[in-house]
Amino acid sequence: MKEFDYIEIRVPAKPQFVSVIRLTVSGLASRIGFNYDDIEDLKIAASEAVTNVVHHAYKEVEEGEIVIGCALYENKIEIMIADYGNSFNFEEVKSKIGPYLPGESIAGLREGGLGLYLMETLMDEVMINNDGGVTVFMTKYVAREQVEKNVERITT
Amino acid sequence: MDVLIHFKEDGAKLCGFVEGEIDTFTASGLREELEAVKITKGLEIELDLSKVNYMDSTGLGIFVAFYKRATREGGKVKLVGLSNRLQRLFEITGLSELMDIETDKKVEFS
Repeated sequence: MKEFDYIEIRVPAKPQFVSVIRLTVSGLASRIGFNYDDIEDLKIAASEAVTNVVHHAYKEVEEGEIVIGCALYENKIEIMIADYGNSFNFEEVKSKIGPYLPGESIAGLREGGLGLYLMETLMDEVMINNDGGVTVFMTKYVAREQVEKNVERITT
Repeated sequence: MDVLIHFKEDGAKLCGFVEGEIDTFTASGLREELEAVKITKGLEIELDLSKVNYMDSTGLGIFVAFYKRATREGGKVKLVGLSNRLQRLFEITGLSELMDIETDKKVEFS
């Protein structure tokens, strides 16, 4: 038997499809036993990645596509979100993201730049490939199932 | 799936009730509604987010923008009724330290 089930979806890079991807990811994650909070985390992380594509990938050309690939393992989900649009300068973007710091003045607060930070915070692993388009590759493990499995292994 | 906001004046306080899912698609409507709120010096605004069942960084950006404008124009904004999920989002981004946020308390009607 194959180690994982693979599901791939292609949608136009338009904002109205972000919720479709979010609900799909939520449905797939519940199939492998993620709990409510983890599914909500996955929904946000996937939305952030797709939202980035919608906003940044296809600035010069009018229409673009987003490819979303999900690999479902027994104890983890891998989500790949790829576009063929503009790649970004990762180091430069990364230097501008992150949480707000205590004591920041309200007037100076950024109104964006949290997407990548949230992906990294809500997922267990995030990798970004930035070579002719952007591919975000992220993984989240099913926390509870892993524990149960270890327990079984010890008793048998 | 959309997001709605309606306002209710409660004496000197303005209460806004936000309902639905806030993402990049639904955001523009909410942003416009909030931009249309006229802020006068000393106005207290309470935004009830208890019926927001999904929100990501797009929503955070909208509330940060509104918070900034209200503060600049002399108003006071408080976010109330946040679910555990929403509260977590404000916590991990560090916003709960900077903004006035109250959890699990509904805006009182009477």
